[in-house]
Amino acid sequence: MFTSNPFAALSASLSPAVMQAYVVVMFILVIAGTLFDVVHKGSARYFFENFRRSKAKAARPVGGGEALSIAVQTAVVDVLASGEFCNPRRRIAHLLGMYGFVLYVLATVVLVFNASASPIWTQLWWLGGLMICVGGYWFWFFIRVDVAAEGNSPFRLVKADLFILSLLASATLGLLWAASGGGVGVLFGLYILATTVLFAGVPWSKFAHMFFKPAAAFEKRVSEANGTAANLPTQTRDDPEQRARHSMELLRDAPMDMGLGIKREAPRHY
Amino acid sequence: MPTFVYMTRCDGCGHCVDICPSDIMHIDKTYRRAYNIEPNMCWECYSCVKACPQHAIDVRGYADFAPLGHSVRVHRDEQKGTIAWRIKFRNGTEKNFLSPITTKPWGQAIPKLAEVPAPSKEMRDSELLYNEPKYIRLDDGGLRTLESAGLKLKMGVYY
Repeated sequence: MFTSNPFAALSASLSPAVMQAYVVVMFILVIAGTLFDVVHKGSARYFFENFRRSKAKAARPVGGGEALSIAVQTAVVDVLASGEFCNPRRRIAHLLGMYGFVLYVLATVVLVFNASASPIWTQLWWLGGLMICVGGYWFWFFIRVDVAAEGNSPFRLVKADLFILSLLASATLGLLWAASGGGVGVLFGLYILATTVLFAGVPWSKFAHMFFKPAAAFEKRVSEANGTAANLPTQTRDDPEQRARHSMELLRDAPMDMGLGIKREAPRHY
Repeated sequence: MPTFVYMTRCDGCGHCVDICPSDIMHIDKTYRRAYNIEPNMCWECYSCVKACPQHAIDVRGYADFAPLGHSVRVHRDEQKGTIAWRIKFRNGTEKNFLSPITTKPWGQAIPKLAEVPAPSKEMRDSELLYNEPKYIRLDDGGLRTLESAGLKLKMGVYY
C-alpha cells in the first residue's frame, strides 16, 4: 500500500494523459483564481499604495542589501516557520498542514507524470496526506477559536471554511481511496470532487493567503525597519538612552527578558 | 474613542475577549475574528489594544479630529517589562513615551477576596461599598499623605 503508486494502478481504467491534463487544469485554475482574487479585492493595489506611503514617511531609508536581508528573514521566520502565530498549538497545526500540503501536491504531480517514480514518492504522498489530516482535524475540532473559546459546535459550517474543509476532504478521501485499493469508484469520484473544489474555489476561499500573507509580512518588516511601523512605538529598552530615562528607574536593574505576563496563560478566561 | 479591530491583522487568538472588562470584545461567528460588539459601551481602557499580540486593535478617534491624521498607538512588551506609546498630533508633532509595566501579579498587590472576612450584615446594609471605609481611611489612621507613607515628592513621573 505504501510503496505502490495509486495513480499507476488507476491508468488501467483512466488514461494517464487525462490525469495529467486534470493536474494542469487545476494548476491553471489556481493561477487564474489567485489573479482574479487580487484584481477583485484590489489587494495588490492596496499593498503597493501602502508600501509607497510607508516609504514616503520613512524616518530612514531601507537599502537594497537590508531589503534582501528582510526578505530572507520573512521567508525563514514568517513563511517557513509560520512565525506570525502567537498560539503555539495553532503554529504547529499550521506547520503540519502547510508542509503536508506541499508534500501531498508535489508527490501527486510526480506520481501522475511519472508512473515508474521511486516508491519514496508514494510514501511522501501518504506522509503529506496524513500530516494534513493530523494538523487539519486538530485545528478543526480543538483549536478553532469559535469552538475552543466561544463554545460553538465544530459542525457549524460557514463559507469561510471552504478552504480547510475542501483540503481535509481531498486529503482524507485520497488516502481512503488509495487504502481501499484505488481504481475508479465512489471514493475516487468524491476525491476528485473535493480536489476540484479546493483548487477551483480559490476566489471564494482563503487559498490565496499563501501568496498574499508573505507579501504582507514583508511589508510589515520593512515598515518596522524604516521607522514608520504603522505608527506603532519603536522605542525599546534595548536602547541605553531609553534605559537612562527617569521613567525607567523601576527597571534599571531588571533583567532584559522578564518572561511572559498575561500571555503566560491561554486566553480562556471568558 | 471606542476600539475597533483590523480584521485582516486579527488571527482570532482571543486575548482581547479575555481581558475586556466590559465583555464587549467577541469573536465574529462568520469570520472568526474579534470585533467590538458594542462601541457605545467601551470604557476606552485600552486593555484590548495593549493585549493584542498582532496590533490588530486601534482606537477610533472622535469625528472632529480623527480625520486630521492623528494617531495614538501603544505597544506592550511583556518580555522587556515595558509599555511604549507613540502619539502623533495632527500638526505632525510626535511624542514617544516608554515606561515600566506596573501591573502586579494576581494575589500580590490585589487582595485575595477569599482570604478576607465576608462583610457583616451591618456592612451589607450600609450605603458604603464593600471595603470602602478602609480605602478612604474613615475607620482609622486619618488621611493618607506622602509623609505618612514615608515618601517624598519628586519631579516628573515617578514609580
